Amino acid sequence: MKALLPDFVLNIWMSVWGWLPPLMQYLVETTFWILVVMITVILAVAFTTYFERKVIGYMQGRIGPNRVGPLGLGQPFADVIKLLIKEVIVPGKSNRFLFIIAPLLTLIPALATWAVIPLTDTFVIADINAGLLYVLSLTSVGVYGVILAGWATNSKYALLGAMRSAAQIVAYEIAMGFALVGVLMAGGSLNLGVITEAQSGGFSSWFVWPLLPLFFVYLISGVAETNRAPFDVAEGESEIVAGFHVEYSGVAFALFFLGEYANIILISALTSILFLGGYNSFFEGWTFLGEGHFLREPALLWLIIKICFFIFVFFWLRATFPRYRYDQIMRLGWKVFIPVTIVWIVVEGVMAWMQVGPWRNLAG
Amino acid sequence: MAEIQNYTMNFGPQHPAAHGVLRLVLEMDGEVIQKADPHVGLLHRGTEKLAESKPYNQSIGYMDRLDYVSMMCNEHGYVLALEKLLGIRPPVRAQYIRVMFDEITRILNHLMWLGAHGLDIGAMTMFLYCFREREDLMDCYEAVSGTRMHATYYRPGGVFRDLPETMPKYQASKWRSQKEVDRLNDIRSGSLLDFIDAFCEKFPGCVDEYETLLTDNRIWKQRTVNIAVVSPERALNLGFTGPMLRGSGIEWDLRKKQVYETYDQVDFDIPVGVNGDCYDRYLVRVEEMRQSNRIIKQCVDWLRQNPGPVMVDDHKIVAPSRIEMKDDMESLIHHFKLFTEGYCVPEGEGYAAIEHPKGEFGVYVVSDGANKPYRVKIRAPGFSHLAAMSEMVEGHMLADVVAVIGTQDIVFGEIDR
Repeated sequence: MKALLPDFVLNIWMSVWGWLPPLMQYLVETTFWILVVMITVILAVAFTTYFERKVIGYMQGRIGPNRVGPLGLGQPFADVIKLLIKEVIVPGKSNRFLFIIAPLLTLIPALATWAVIPLTDTFVIADINAGLLYVLSLTSVGVYGVILAGWATNSKYALLGAMRSAAQIVAYEIAMGFALVGVLMAGGSLNLGVITEAQSGGFSSWFVWPLLPLFFVYLISGVAETNRAPFDVAEGESEIVAGFHVEYSGVAFALFFLGEYANIILISALTSILFLGGYNSFFEGWTFLGEGHFLREPALLWLIIKICFFIFVFFWLRATFPRYRYDQIMRLGWKVFIPVTIVWIVVEGVMAWMQVGPWRNLAG
Repeated sequence: MAEIQNYTMNFGPQHPAAHGVLRLVLEMDGEVIQKADPHVGLLHRGTEKLAESKPYNQSIGYMDRLDYVSMMCNEHGYVLALEKLLGIRPPVRAQYIRVMFDEITRILNHLMWLGAHGLDIGAMTMFLYCFREREDLMDCYEAVSGTRMHATYYRPGGVFRDLPETMPKYQASKWRSQKEVDRLNDIRSGSLLDFIDAFCEKFPGCVDEYETLLTDNRIWKQRTVNIAVVSPERALNLGFTGPMLRGSGIEWDLRKKQVYETYDQVDFDIPVGVNGDCYDRYLVRVEEMRQSNRIIKQCVDWLRQNPGPVMVDDHKIVAPSRIEMKDDMESLIHHFKLFTEGYCVPEGEGYAAIEHPKGEFGVYVVSDGANKPYRVKIRAPGFSHLAAMSEMVEGHMLADVVAVIGTQDIVFGEIDR
């Protein structure tokens, strides 16, 4: 800082900062970090789209975008510019207000949830105790965007998409919620930081092992929540064209797009934090590396690697599976996932109570 | 309280799963289809009338454009009908070439179907895998006819020319390095027959790859098993042919039951389904690809050993060669007559049907003795399949409509004609 700024600027800044009441200081600081995280996430979204096209491209024997910039890395920005300069068409018979507000409703919760994500062992924007509840409630709000978009568009295709989405969310929110209950029991807290803390101690103490069924349920529900293949019935390209966002164009569509990918990153982050130890290192338990070796320390890098892996899994699924039919998704949600989670919660409770197996240390 | 009524939904003609220009008016109760009303005619180009206004030999190109994913088979139907009227038979080598290209076309068509069917149901990777192999087959088209789609290769009396000794090759460009081009051209260094032979070697492995992705995939099975079940009796009554009929368990294949060309010389099986649902039709078509591969292989072996003419030697019907034309008055006259007036076909009528990849493709030609047909009627298999749409989707959900469109293997070029 000192090298970059002339002394007098720094002095003015320091004195202005000193005058500010503590609340203001807090607000400025938090806003700064919010901006940092948000811009990072949005940039990450841009490159996630690139990553997706490359991954799926290679899986399908193509090479994906390679024209804009070196290796096609400029592609996301070209897409953004294209979408920004396109006209936003609002259908004549739509509900204008809801039509405009709906994309915001999907995007904002996806970004706001990052407030409680512990990025390193020391950094989290808002260290609140009810973090898990906050996450659950915000991800539920995101669905309103989809439903409102489908309804406000006043098109049969969009309405069908919204209807499917609403039904799907009800089923999968419950399964997801139950999976989170399992994590909550294991971590002993609703605070995501504490949950991550509880998984420190190396590979073997991650919750993914004792909670394996819940992990899969959560991951698959996450795919369903984000309307990604093979659960993308709400926008099912070949059935209802684009579903809820069939009439969206330009910036409004870009916001939906941004929201969808922000959600993918979010779900990947949450899965990493809840089941794979978040920022904890893979090599934490490797004593031969020596005490205090950097590979054993918790760091943002570990979280990013885990997130990238799950994002990859999202794309992998998309390249591999056909789409479920709407009623089959319902059946999977209600008849498979919810029973599995309930059974596992009971098992977990009983085991923890009886102090058996890997559950012994849980619920401590 | 107002009575709740079914609503109608317009599916297409601009719809990603409409396979061109299908317009379905769906009467729906929630997600469940009560009635489907297909509207056809949006791609009507008047092929039959066009054929009636031109000399016989000038309409072959129109046939390519009927079912534009199985071009040579369409030509075959028309050419066969003409040969019946003219009373000629092509040389055996030409017949083998026709059989080989019919089967190449069948694989082309089935790959397109598999890719589109997969894409409709959401397996997008399928589409690109299929197109990878289609590319090679398109090259075969290019090698014999100079064009990758609308070949106009079959002619009354044989085929346009013998199989070439060289394959078209890739050239290096800004986006394709010399090394990559060399790799691509490696398989193309020999004659067309070598290329097809190499393709036959690798193709069963490719089909295995498709099957790995789909056949035992739980989601694929959930989406296709017991969808649009057609009983054998109904399939017959609805006028189904081809894989649609065989999927319902009726062993009917014109290649065996009404042998044309040299299909009696090659060895292959007719796969049939059991339940008559989308999954059975999928299995039938996949197996047909394997059988076609077998036939192609046998044709390649025969063609390697038996050189010979590929056209009848009758300059009233077949144009003389360029060299002959340049120094022989008689040939020049023949050439001129053939390309201006065409030829007159004896009075009468003829129907020829072939086992097209989609079913029975028939051409009915009535001649009044002039150089143009009096009437050409094309029997397109897809038309009667589409007519069964409502019956097949009734009671299923919206998502199943696209599965049924896929399983019917609809191409509008032939339905609307």
